[in-house]
Amino acid sequence: MLTLTTSERSESLAAFLQNDLRKDLLRFTTAGSVDDGKSTLIGRLLHDAKAVYEDQVASVQKSKINRSGGSFDFSLLTDGLRAEREQGITIDVAYRYFSTARRKFIIADTPGHEQYTRNMATGASTADLAIILVDATKGLLTQTHRHAYIASLLGIRCVVAAINKMDLADYREEVFLRLQADFLSLASQLGIPFVHCIPISALAGDNVVSPSENMPWYSGPTLLGHLETVDFRQTRTLDAVRFPIQYVIRPDFRFRGFAGQLASGSVRPGDSLVALPSGQETRVKAIVGFDGNWNRAVAPQSLTLQLENEIDLSRGDMLVSPSNLPAVSRSFSGTVVWLSPDPLTIRKALLLKQTTRLVKARVRRIRHLVNVNTLEQEPAENLEMNSIAEVEVETNQPLFLDSYAISRATGSFILIDPFTNATVGAGMVRETSAVDGSGLEDRTTSLPAGGLGDVTAQERHGRHGHKPGVLLLGNRLKLAKSLERELFQNGFEVIVLDASGGASSALTVTLASLHAAGLLVLCTNASLSAQDLSSFPFAAIFQPGSASASPATEQGIDDAKVMQDALGFSEKLRLSPESKPARREH
Amino acid sequence: MTHPTLLPPEETLLSEMPDASFSFRAERQLGHLATLEAESIYILREAAAEFSHPVMLYSVGKDSSVMLRLAQKAFYPGKIPFPLLHIDTSYKFPEMIEFRDSYAREIGAELIVHQNREALERGANPFALGTQRCCGLLKTKALLDALSAGGFNAAFGGARRDEEKSRAKERIYSFRDSHGQWDPKNQRPELWNLFNSRIEKSESIRVFPLSNWTELDVWLYIHAENIPIVPLYYARERQAVVRNGSIVLIYSPDELLPGEKVQWIKCRMRSLGCIPCTGAIRSEADTLPKIIEEMVSFRRSERENRAIDHDEEGSMELKKREGYF
Repeated sequence: MLTLTTSERSESLAAFLQNDLRKDLLRFTTAGSVDDGKSTLIGRLLHDAKAVYEDQVASVQKSKINRSGGSFDFSLLTDGLRAEREQGITIDVAYRYFSTARRKFIIADTPGHEQYTRNMATGASTADLAIILVDATKGLLTQTHRHAYIASLLGIRCVVAAINKMDLADYREEVFLRLQADFLSLASQLGIPFVHCIPISALAGDNVVSPSENMPWYSGPTLLGHLETVDFRQTRTLDAVRFPIQYVIRPDFRFRGFAGQLASGSVRPGDSLVALPSGQETRVKAIVGFDGNWNRAVAPQSLTLQLENEIDLSRGDMLVSPSNLPAVSRSFSGTVVWLSPDPLTIRKALLLKQTTRLVKARVRRIRHLVNVNTLEQEPAENLEMNSIAEVEVETNQPLFLDSYAISRATGSFILIDPFTNATVGAGMVRETSAVDGSGLEDRTTSLPAGGLGDVTAQERHGRHGHKPGVLLLGNRLKLAKSLERELFQNGFEVIVLDASGGASSALTVTLASLHAAGLLVLCTNASLSAQDLSSFPFAAIFQPGSASASPATEQGIDDAKVMQDALGFSEKLRLSPESKPARREH
Repeated sequence: MTHPTLLPPEETLLSEMPDASFSFRAERQLGHLATLEAESIYILREAAAEFSHPVMLYSVGKDSSVMLRLAQKAFYPGKIPFPLLHIDTSYKFPEMIEFRDSYAREIGAELIVHQNREALERGANPFALGTQRCCGLLKTKALLDALSAGGFNAAFGGARRDEEKSRAKERIYSFRDSHGQWDPKNQRPELWNLFNSRIEKSESIRVFPLSNWTELDVWLYIHAENIPIVPLYYARERQAVVRNGSIVLIYSPDELLPGEKVQWIKCRMRSLGCIPCTGAIRSEADTLPKIIEEMVSFRRSERENRAIDHDEEGSMELKKREGYF
């Protein structure tokens, strides 16, 4: 609260505004078992942090309900809906807001009731930190294990164990130390890196906002003190650019802007980017802003990019760093939380939304179920509501994926039932490389533009001095051979591939590999559909007749013309001298 | 400059980060308003991309003003790709109507104004019907009629989760059945920022881009971005009466109830609604910084001066179930 004299007022107010704009935002979630006193804790936190208005307090005092056993029921400040006020339980995720001089906070308050795993997952999905309540009189319960597991599963790296009801444990240090040891061992088993335990009494207010006089043996921060200072972004997130295209802004034929929210990394005008799925390279011309162009954008800002060249790019596509590409894949493994009363069965038709991409999907295999109480793996034929399992997913279109562990934004997905439209599952990508048991088909599309290793497409192109291409030459094997010699002498890395008698699936695999290796491929006797060619950039494919303006059919074009066009096409793939890095620099 | 007010100057960032941890460091420095702005613009674009017939509920209030500015930013340099819809109960403050028409014209937005004429012709007013029923006819029914007349399947609203307890559980994409009704027990789970826009023909989604903003955030943003707002938000001497403990502005003598006398009171509106049902507060805050200062020292919630929220415990939830925003 500001209490200022008139003379101090304008200067302090300016300082206040300045300070407020610099505050960052911590999103945290809370989980506790029934009767752990979670609503009371949040009510107390909001009340003592002065985030509750007088009329709201008055309305609680006026209410006919008081379940607290004290003079004021803090839990009523947060229990929102009529049904829960009647039943005395929190039935859905509720969001609360408060702010201190140091930070702004958003609380995702999630119910601890047995059947509400999905709510905890929902609250945790946007949180950077989790507060898990432990009742000092009861110790760690099965539900505590579940809460810690879900927090770790959803990628929360900072966890606070609030050891509550210390007043009922006579504020004894040994009770706290025992529960702290129990919790730290659970957290280390789950691989949660940053854990902090605080002895509190939500009802009495000990160590919530003010330090407790009843526990002089505790010298750590209060709960609020910890929330205000914790470094919650330690060692998170990918540095590479991931920019899913959300919306194409086209007010007139002169302007084409690609709008979206930067999922990771930072962007400046002049930066090189690669478009997926086309693999086309481009550069940022401008970051267009309402108040003038920006010279830099960082995740998670929403922005609009203008690109230097006209490339094929629309909603659901992605711009990424050329030096660090996501996996491009139609199959992956992941952990799924099932949210629907209708169980998940193998091969059930589903829709999958990941970034701004919506595709058809099926779960191909349930590897195992995770028992959230014991953390043991169990076999399963299908998934019931609130169960968690590791599964293999396949989609009809490639996705651009990172593992959830390094990127929440490009490693998360939801599953939608196409018949009821309900959101039935939430998933986190684990492995993006070829999944065991997958066929050749999967490998074709799971091959990123630069291959599976660390050498990038750009590095390869730099060494070769040109970009890769596929020249489809029909049955002109002889012409292909002389073209190969000609191009080879002109400095191209080139190879003839004759596909007579081969299956098209095997051919696309070979083509994809050669393309990834950065070569020019002169392909003869191939019968490839548009679908087979869809994984190659449009600009990398040559077919006689399509490269020139000539309307002639394939049969009508003489070999000399094809030869000439093919050479012309290949020359266009050459990198300009200035963009070509020194050869074999290491 | 990247963003003159919401992002700290680049030099301070660069001095701390010589290496590849650049973007991570920078993200960590992004202020809370910049984070909220990015999220809201993402939501606006997502719904505009996924729904065939979106519309923006424009209430002319401060939250609407922020939402409208975010929409301008989201689609710049293009125009806002959906119309604005104002549900006019006919009891709105004249300053609101004037502001609405001139501002929509200025920014080149398409504006639809809808009234429940039938109810108004039958004389609907809050004194005769009570606020619940009056709102039901002039706001909720008018809204549902306007949405179905326009064939809109997604409607942006400026509601915030911190406004009222029942709003705290609202989704960002709030599903409404074919009667426009909200079922708090049957909402779709919403994880990360992955919204489910799948609906049947007669169903619709209310989209709340400002869900995570607080009242203070709204004011800070209006100040930082210099967003025009209805002058009623600024304190000034106004003709008013004190009725049931709240300050009601008087525009013509026939608004007076028997025994009431007009007086000059220095006051302003903290939120805007209908004249008879929205009270003013006594205030000296005639500039944005003063409003923010007042905000920070407030001890009472902003909807307290709205008659409609207080008829019965949980009355907002009841209204929302029926289709109220």
